[in-house]
Amino acid sequence: MTKLLKTSRRTLLKSAGAGALMASSPLLGRFASAQSSEPIKIGFQQHSTGIGAAYGRWYGRTTDAAVKMINEAGGINGRPVEIIAEDDGTDPKRGAEVVEKFANQHNCDVAFGTLFSHVVIGSAPAAGEQKLPYFVVSEGHHVASGGLNRYTMQPGITDVKSQVQAMAPYVAENLGKKVTMIFPDFAFGHDHRDFFTAAIEAQGGEVLEHIAVPPAETSFTKYFPKIPRDTEVLYHVMVGPAVLTFVKELGEFFGPSSPAIFGFIDSLEAVDLASPGLEFLEGTYFWEGNPRYAQEDQTSYDKNFRAAVGVDENGASVSDASDVSTYAHMFGCWETLHIIKAGMESADYQGPADRQKLIEAVEAMTDMAESDAHPQGPKMFNGKTHQVFGVQYISKVENGRLVKVHTTSIEDTMYPDEVDYTTQSF
Amino acid sequence: MTLDARSVTLHLGLLAVLVVLGFVLPTYHQGNLARILVLATYTIGYNVLFGYTGLLSLGHAMFFAAGMYGCGLVMHLGGWPVLPALLMGLVCAAALSAVVALLALRTIGVAFMIVTLMFAQAVYLTVLYLGAWTGGDEGFVIAQASRQIAGFALTDPLTRYFAALMIFAVALLITARMMQMPFGRVLIGVRENEERTQMLGYDVFRHKLLAVIISGTIAGGAGAAYAILFGYVGATFASVQYSIFPLLWVLLGGMGTTIGPLIGVAFMFYLIDYASGLTNAYMLIAGAVLVLLTLFARAGIVGEIRNRWVPWLP
Repeated sequence: MTKLLKTSRRTLLKSAGAGALMASSPLLGRFASAQSSEPIKIGFQQHSTGIGAAYGRWYGRTTDAAVKMINEAGGINGRPVEIIAEDDGTDPKRGAEVVEKFANQHNCDVAFGTLFSHVVIGSAPAAGEQKLPYFVVSEGHHVASGGLNRYTMQPGITDVKSQVQAMAPYVAENLGKKVTMIFPDFAFGHDHRDFFTAAIEAQGGEVLEHIAVPPAETSFTKYFPKIPRDTEVLYHVMVGPAVLTFVKELGEFFGPSSPAIFGFIDSLEAVDLASPGLEFLEGTYFWEGNPRYAQEDQTSYDKNFRAAVGVDENGASVSDASDVSTYAHMFGCWETLHIIKAGMESADYQGPADRQKLIEAVEAMTDMAESDAHPQGPKMFNGKTHQVFGVQYISKVENGRLVKVHTTSIEDTMYPDEVDYTTQSF
Repeated sequence: MTLDARSVTLHLGLLAVLVVLGFVLPTYHQGNLARILVLATYTIGYNVLFGYTGLLSLGHAMFFAAGMYGCGLVMHLGGWPVLPALLMGLVCAAALSAVVALLALRTIGVAFMIVTLMFAQAVYLTVLYLGAWTGGDEGFVIAQASRQIAGFALTDPLTRYFAALMIFAVALLITARMMQMPFGRVLIGVRENEERTQMLGYDVFRHKLLAVIISGTIAGGAGAAYAILFGYVGATFASVQYSIFPLLWVLLGGMGTTIGPLIGVAFMFYLIDYASGLTNAYMLIAGAVLVLLTLFARAGIVGEIRNRWVPWLP
């Protein structure tokens, strides 16, 4: 027999009143929320397809490893972390759509992980409008230049301006002061052109020639005769599918006698140095955001990081030696996730209503000591510019391996503030 | 009911449905539909040239980009308010399409496709070359504070939705009306048989010239609207893939149909959106669906409906 539940008007009013009291009490609300075991949802804007796919694959592996570690240590504020990955196709339009999807469909607490600059810049307006904290791992100067908004931060990886600027003292002292630069003729290359030219001039050096290569170029031989004969250092940075051709043709052009060659490892991220045609790189120098090969003075933090992500001492996957990682950049995902954790714990983050507190908590961060949370090295965060600064590495190719020859100071990487995001309202 | 009356009812009914959707859709889908409406406006512009006039352009991204950069740069560098900037975007797109039309219309068929492709590539490389102002491949953000009209913030989801709907409605109604006027009939005549149209005494070159300008200006209006409503201007929108997209959307929706562009964009948008939630190989799913559509609905979704069931569909 079914018993009918009868509700009188008085009972209903009592229940409604109690419910309203519960809902309107911030203390009770917080208590209820604190007891929640709902996961913290982090939207991971991943370059799974498109030109950034090689980076996206390793950013994904690093992210999974960091979240596993965070969850095994108790999560964030007692709540597990859940990664919600969406492919942005390395496209700025899709990037903005993905950010809106994180905010409005997946109900993510924050978004993170974007690498390519045009996707970051295309997505940042959506993050600002949705008031969704957006932690990018891009190394672009777009955040610190002041072009974005208060919700966009880059606390886990240094920017190209500081990286390039920090190379100049070593190049001028050890390789030469007359430099010729070869770079792709778009924004990434222009950043190198502008920042390095200024930095080498500050060291008493000069750039003899800027050789800009159009973005759709597939053969580079015709550009090399433009390199002046008195060049002491050839500075190169190239990205995209034609990188291997570029390096091979450079080797064929110079043969055994070449000036000192300095490049950014971006040219060869995810590329095996043992690839045919790259033999000529022996004895040349590279900037590395994080040394791909385990060094003699490897820290326990780097060792733990490699083990967690599944990278061997040569910088390749432990399960496939031909699957070379994007080691110079992917630590940024690991460190950013640990910063999100630290920020949420500092802000006592309970839910989307605390997003502003989270931003303020991260803005208040300064020194980040080298640790398991920061295996790349120590860092210093600038809350005004939303940009982190940290040590950079220069490696030399010896016997087909990148051997670290110089570590910059953090001070080498710093430059005057170009923006103060903390003055912007939420 | 006469054909005209049915056409008016269809278009006004569609707009009424879109107005209602603005109020009832969840925020996420409301935002998606705003983007779809802007891209559908772009596709309407493309449809004027391809669907009605029979000229296959592979370079329409240059017109979209002309509107986007014409509008975005004066806002970003000159601090212009929204409406004059929108007008500047339209002027830039109209001027570029007039110049391109005068040169490209000297060719026909495959040569026209190649010439438009090359012009678009030149515009794309110009955007990169002028990186000091355009931000090159990275592009630039239009400040949130400047994206408002008379105190209405276009960053507000509902305001943005209705702004997008307004732009779409203007483009839809103008083209729907145009295709019922003698000018539009001549364009269809050019598509069906250019020589015969010429022999009947129509100035075919002038009609094709105007078609390119109208098509390019509508595409540019959509580009300007995208910059204003979504706050980003970037070279990606000038790249070749954004010339291919409207072709794909028109073919999917139904070439030479007024509502086909909206259906094509919406179908493709949600196909990608849902398929990407299932697998990283979502382009494979999209590809398979497109192959099936090509096999079984050659006239596109709306075109097939017209062929099979509703012959009066405009």
